[in-house]
Amino acid sequence: MSDRKDIELIAELVPPGSRVLDLGCGNGELLALLSRERGCSGYGIEIADANVLACHERGVNVIQLNLEEGLALFEDQSFDVVLQLDTLQHLRNTEKMLRETARVGRIGIVSFPNFAHWPNRLHVALGRMPVTRVLPYEWYDTPNIRVGTYADFEILARKDGLAILDAFGIQAGRIVRTLPNLLASVAVFKFERT
Amino acid sequence: MHFAAPLPLASGALLRDYTLAYETYGTLNAARSNAVLVCHALNASHHVAGTYAGREKSEGWWDNLVGPGKPLDTERFFVIGVNNPGSCFGSTGPTSPNPDPGVPGRAYGSDFPVVTVEDWVDAQARLVDGLGIERLAAVIGGSLGGMQGLAWSLRFPERLRLCVAVATAPNLSAQNIAFNEVARRAIVTDPDFHGGHYAEHGVVPKRGLTVARMIGHITYLSDDSMEAKFGRDLQRSALGYSTQEIEFQIEAYLRHQGDKFSEYFDANTYLLITRALDYFDPAREFGGDLAATFARARARFQLVSFTTDWRFAPVRSREIVKALVDNRRDVSYAEIDAPHGHDAFLLDDPRYHGVMRACFANLAKEIA
Repeated sequence: MSDRKDIELIAELVPPGSRVLDLGCGNGELLALLSRERGCSGYGIEIADANVLACHERGVNVIQLNLEEGLALFEDQSFDVVLQLDTLQHLRNTEKMLRETARVGRIGIVSFPNFAHWPNRLHVALGRMPVTRVLPYEWYDTPNIRVGTYADFEILARKDGLAILDAFGIQAGRIVRTLPNLLASVAVFKFERT
Repeated sequence: MHFAAPLPLASGALLRDYTLAYETYGTLNAARSNAVLVCHALNASHHVAGTYAGREKSEGWWDNLVGPGKPLDTERFFVIGVNNPGSCFGSTGPTSPNPDPGVPGRAYGSDFPVVTVEDWVDAQARLVDGLGIERLAAVIGGSLGGMQGLAWSLRFPERLRLCVAVATAPNLSAQNIAFNEVARRAIVTDPDFHGGHYAEHGVVPKRGLTVARMIGHITYLSDDSMEAKFGRDLQRSALGYSTQEIEFQIEAYLRHQGDKFSEYFDANTYLLITRALDYFDPAREFGGDLAATFARARARFQLVSFTTDWRFAPVRSREIVKALVDNRRDVSYAEIDAPHGHDAFLLDDPRYHGVMRACFANLAKEIA
């Protein structure tokens, strides 16, 4: 789950008044913030019953759907912004979802835990998988089935024909633009289809 | 409520001089903004909630959802239950006298005009008018009741804030129609049917109606829930080697359900309501384009489906969700992983009722 501060930093990437689709919207906090502070509208997609209920209680539009099934419900370029925060790493079909994100939205915004953050590197150098605040799971019970780094994503984006509009890391609620692959626990990318 | 002005029907016929049975729960507020209309499905009535004085087992059909402190809270909302014309629970229907002077004193029977979901919605709108309500806070229904909710959003887009459609579909599939047709054939081929004027012969096509209900009931349950409830359990301790006697408990259950139903339900009503189901297809006039169909909708939508419902499967609700998303309507959709099949919409799964409670709590805030 994203921290409140992270959510606020990412919300600033969304142009005011945007039509947004939030994939893996959790309890709907970001959607509520975007609607309240930036006049955005749209839908969240969530699979977990508890989160779907939380979204209902918050009064944000939520559609219960398994993202692994794709985004057949949504037409090409039908949203200004498609967000995929802290979600990518849970999906088996990561690359397909990334392409779907770029198909459905004019702008895509993703965030995920940066596996190359230096404490993680240290863990691995010492022979253990990292267990940190951002990656709090043991290797055998982690829902993060796709572990990637800030640098890895740049390569995948290029491969899939995505133009990166903005990219930075987040560390302890602050934007990191210097050596983000080393110094940030969370990677954020804003991109569009080329 | 009695209506002297005839109701024009989709078929071109007129329903003359008719009455709608209805019940209300809770209090209409001064702004008249807290009314919620509940639409019934095939076999239910206007008796949505509560029990009648002195009759312990007379709970309304949606009593687990509607009432004081319940998800659709009658302490906040003025809830209206209405029996549709053509039904057999007090509104004008096939058992009512036919006003045609050519057949004095005769019940309508099978001469009751064919009614559609849209006709029902028109009739309901007149009732809502009669209660002095311009705009409903919500229309809610499950299954065929959900279709009425959808039809409200298309026929009277400005007259509801919220449409709650549970376990429903934008139209019937060939398989759905097939089940309805088998049920209808069971009724009309019963020797006691008499062309639909069985009342004059002092009989009812009980056997046909029983079989119709048995077929219908199978489609309300999931394979798993039937398996869990009955499995292959036998009625007696050993096989009877009979083709006529009840051997398996599922047979006893279905026969019991069928018998019970045939005692209180009218056969002509069963024919009419299954036909209304078959006909419902708001996208037909848009060449099947559901997105174009919902372009005129203005309400907010809450859809719910159940994963084990094979009568109106989740994929049918998703079609509606897609049409609404294409039109940028406000919609929320919960796909409840409940084991009970289509019947789940009448049960009180906590995830389902949690969503309903949140949905109506938000609505209450909106109109406050």
